[in-house]
Amino acid sequence: MSTGAPTASEVPAVAMKPAAGSDFALRLRANSEYVAIPAFALLMAALLFALFLLAIGKSPIDFVAYVWRGGFGTAFSFQNTLQRSSPLILTALAVAIPARIGLIMIGAEGALVLGGFAAAAIAVPMIGVAPPFLTLAIMVVAAIAVGGLWVGIAGYLRYARGVNETIASLLLTYIGIAIMNFFVEGVLRDASNPNKPSTKPLGDAYMVGKIPGTDVHWGFAVGVLLAIALYILMTRTTFGFAARVTGGNFRAALAQGLPVGKLIVSCAMIAGGCAGLAGFFEVAAIQGRANASLAAGYGFTGILVSFLARHNPLVIVPVAILFGGLVASGGLIQRRMDLPDATVLVLQGLIFVVLLTSETLYGRFAFFKPIKGRDRT
Amino acid sequence: MALANLSRRAFLQTTAAGTAGLALSLGGATRAFAADLTVGIVYVGARDDFGWNQAHAVAIQALKLVPGVKVVEEENVPETDACAKTMESMINLDGAGLILATSFGYYTPFVVDMAKKYPKVEFRHAAPLWDKDKDPKNAGSYFGYLNQGHYVDGVAAGLSTKSNKLGFVAAKPIASVLSNINSFMLGARKVNPNAVVQVIFTGDWSMPVREAEAASALVDAGCDVITCHVDSPKVVIETAEKRGVKSCGHNASQAPLAPKGFITGAEYKWETIYKGYAADLAAGKTLSNFTAGGIELDMVQNTPFGAGATDAAKTAATAAIADMKAKKPIYVGPLKDNKTGKIVIDKTYGNLDPYLDQMNYLLEGVVGSIT
Repeated sequence: MSTGAPTASEVPAVAMKPAAGSDFALRLRANSEYVAIPAFALLMAALLFALFLLAIGKSPIDFVAYVWRGGFGTAFSFQNTLQRSSPLILTALAVAIPARIGLIMIGAEGALVLGGFAAAAIAVPMIGVAPPFLTLAIMVVAAIAVGGLWVGIAGYLRYARGVNETIASLLLTYIGIAIMNFFVEGVLRDASNPNKPSTKPLGDAYMVGKIPGTDVHWGFAVGVLLAIALYILMTRTTFGFAARVTGGNFRAALAQGLPVGKLIVSCAMIAGGCAGLAGFFEVAAIQGRANASLAAGYGFTGILVSFLARHNPLVIVPVAILFGGLVASGGLIQRRMDLPDATVLVLQGLIFVVLLTSETLYGRFAFFKPIKGRDRT
Repeated sequence: MALANLSRRAFLQTTAAGTAGLALSLGGATRAFAADLTVGIVYVGARDDFGWNQAHAVAIQALKLVPGVKVVEEENVPETDACAKTMESMINLDGAGLILATSFGYYTPFVVDMAKKYPKVEFRHAAPLWDKDKDPKNAGSYFGYLNQGHYVDGVAAGLSTKSNKLGFVAAKPIASVLSNINSFMLGARKVNPNAVVQVIFTGDWSMPVREAEAASALVDAGCDVITCHVDSPKVVIETAEKRGVKSCGHNASQAPLAPKGFITGAEYKWETIYKGYAADLAAGKTLSNFTAGGIELDMVQNTPFGAGATDAAKTAATAAIADMKAKKPIYVGPLKDNKTGKIVIDKTYGNLDPYLDQMNYLLEGVVGSIT
C-alpha cells in the first residue's frame, strides 16, 4: 500500500480466487479467522504451560488427563463445570455489553454482591408470608434493578462528568461490598447465627432448584438464554447498531444525533443487571442467604472470560465453560499431582496473555480475506 | 436446538452419573470402615499461612502415617458452592469416605447438603455447628476451645508487660473472637489487676495491610504486648517484632517469626482429634458426631515459651495450663460488660458451657467497641 495503488497482479489474485466458492463458504472462511487464531493461541498457551510443568518436574500429559477427568470426562465433572461456568457467563456479559459501546467496565463484582444482597434483603419480610414464586420474582427484579443501578452510576459518571468508567466501576465494587457488609453485620443480621454474619436464610421452599435431571442450577440455562438474547440485541437491533456506532466513534455518533448518553447508561445498566442476576442465583440457588461469601471473585473472572470471547455474547458461553472446566479440575490437579492451587492461575494467566497478544495476528493472513475487493451489497 | 440437545444429553449423563456416583460412594463407604480409607480435607486458604489452615495441615500429617489411610488435600477453596463441588469431587473421583471441612462457612448449606446427598460418607466440620435434632447423622463437628490458650497467653502477657497495656488485633466481632479477647484479658487481670486490653477490629479475616496498621497503632498507643485473632497472624507478629514489642501467637506456632519478643501462643492441636478419628475408623467404630474440648482434652495447647517471656510469666503460665487441665473456670461471675457496666455473666460458667458460645460483648477491662 505504501506505493500507492496496488499492483495489477495483487488485486485480481485476491479477488478471483474465491469467485469459485459459494457466498456462504466465503463468509465461513472469512469468519474462521475468529476460530483459528484463538485456537492457535490456546495451543501456544498450552505449550508454554507444558514447558512450565516440565520445569517443575511434573508431567504435562498427567495434567491434561486430570483436566479432562476433573472438568469434562465424567458426568459429575461436566455438570460441576457447567455449574461453575454459570456465574461466569453472567459476569462476562456484564463486561461484554459495555465493551461494545467502547467502555471497559470492571465492576461486575460489586453489582453481583449488591444484587445478591438486595434479593436476600427484600425476601426477608416475605418468607413465610408470600408464595415462593412471587417472592423469587420480586427477588429477581430487585437484584437486576440494584445491579443495574450500581453499574449505571459508573455509566452516568462517564457520560455526564467524563469520569473514567474503569476506575469508577472498580471503586464502586469496593463500596458495594462495604455496603453489603454494613447491613449484613448490622440491622439485617440474622441474630440466631452468632458467628457468620448473614441475612436470614431463605429456607428450602424459597430456593431456585436444579435443572431437572441435572445437578446444575437454573442460572446456567438463564445465562445461555441471556447470552443469545443480548447477542441479538447487540447485532440485530437498532439499539445494538447505535451502541456499536457509539463504541466505534463517539464523536461521529454524537454528530449523527444518536442519544449517546442514554445508550451509554443503558448499556451500563444492562451490564449491572446481568451481574445482579448472577448475585440472585448465588443467593437463591446456592447460599440461601447473603453474606461475605458473595464476593467470591466471579465478577473479576468474568472480565477475563469476556476479553477472551472478544466481547461476543455467544462466544462467552463456550469460553465460560472452558474456564469452569479449568477451575473444576483445579482441585483434582491439586490433590493428585500435589501442585499448589496457583497452578491453574498460571495457566489462566498464560492463556490470557497469549490470547491478547494474538490479537495482533488478525487481518494478517490473506487466507482469511477471500471477500476482499468484492462488492458485498 | 443446541440447548434442547444439551439438556437431553445432560439428562442422560446425569442418570448415568447417579448410578455411577451411588456405586462409587457405596464402594468408598464400605472401604471406609475396613483398612482402606481415603480422607479428603478442604482448606479455605493456603496450607502454609502460619495460621488456621496450617494448624490443620500440620495435624493431618498424623493421619497420613496411619496404615491404609490415604489423605487428599485441597487448599484455597472458597465458601461458595465450590466447596460443595470439591467435596463431591473427592467422593466421586477419589473415593473419599471421610471429608474434613475446615472452614466455618462450609457448614450451612454445603456440608449439610452433601451429607444428605451422600449418606454413606462421613463429614466432619471444624466448628461447633452440628445440631443433633436437625442435621444428618453422618455429619458432625469438632472444635477446640482456643480461648483457654488465650487465657494462658493473657497470664504470661500480664507479667511480661511494663506499660500494663496489651494490644489485641481482631478480625470480626463474633462470639469465638470475643471469647478469645475476654479470656486474654481475664488471664492478664488474674496476675496483674492493672492490665487493660486494647482491641482493634479489622473487619475481615484476612486484611494484611490493615492488620499491620492496627498492630502499629496499638504500639503507638503504648501497648507493649500484641496478640491477635485473624486467619494468619504472620503480619501482626512480624509488625510487633519490628516495632520492638512482645507478642503472643494464635492458631499455629508463630515462634520463628519473632525470635526476640515471642512470649507464647494459643495453638489448636487438631492432631488429637484427627488421630482419634483414625483410631475409631481403624477399629470399625462409628465416629462421634461432636468432639470438642480445650487444654483439658489436649485439643488446644500453648506454644513453647519464647525469648519474650519473663521467668515470672513462665511460672504463672505453666500454673495456668495446669488450671485449665484441672477444668478451673475462666469466666468467674459476676462480670460486667465494658460499655454499660451491665452484668452480662451472672455466675461462674464452666469452660465448655454453651452459654459462652453466645457471647456478644466485651468485658470490663477491655478497651474497644464491637459496633
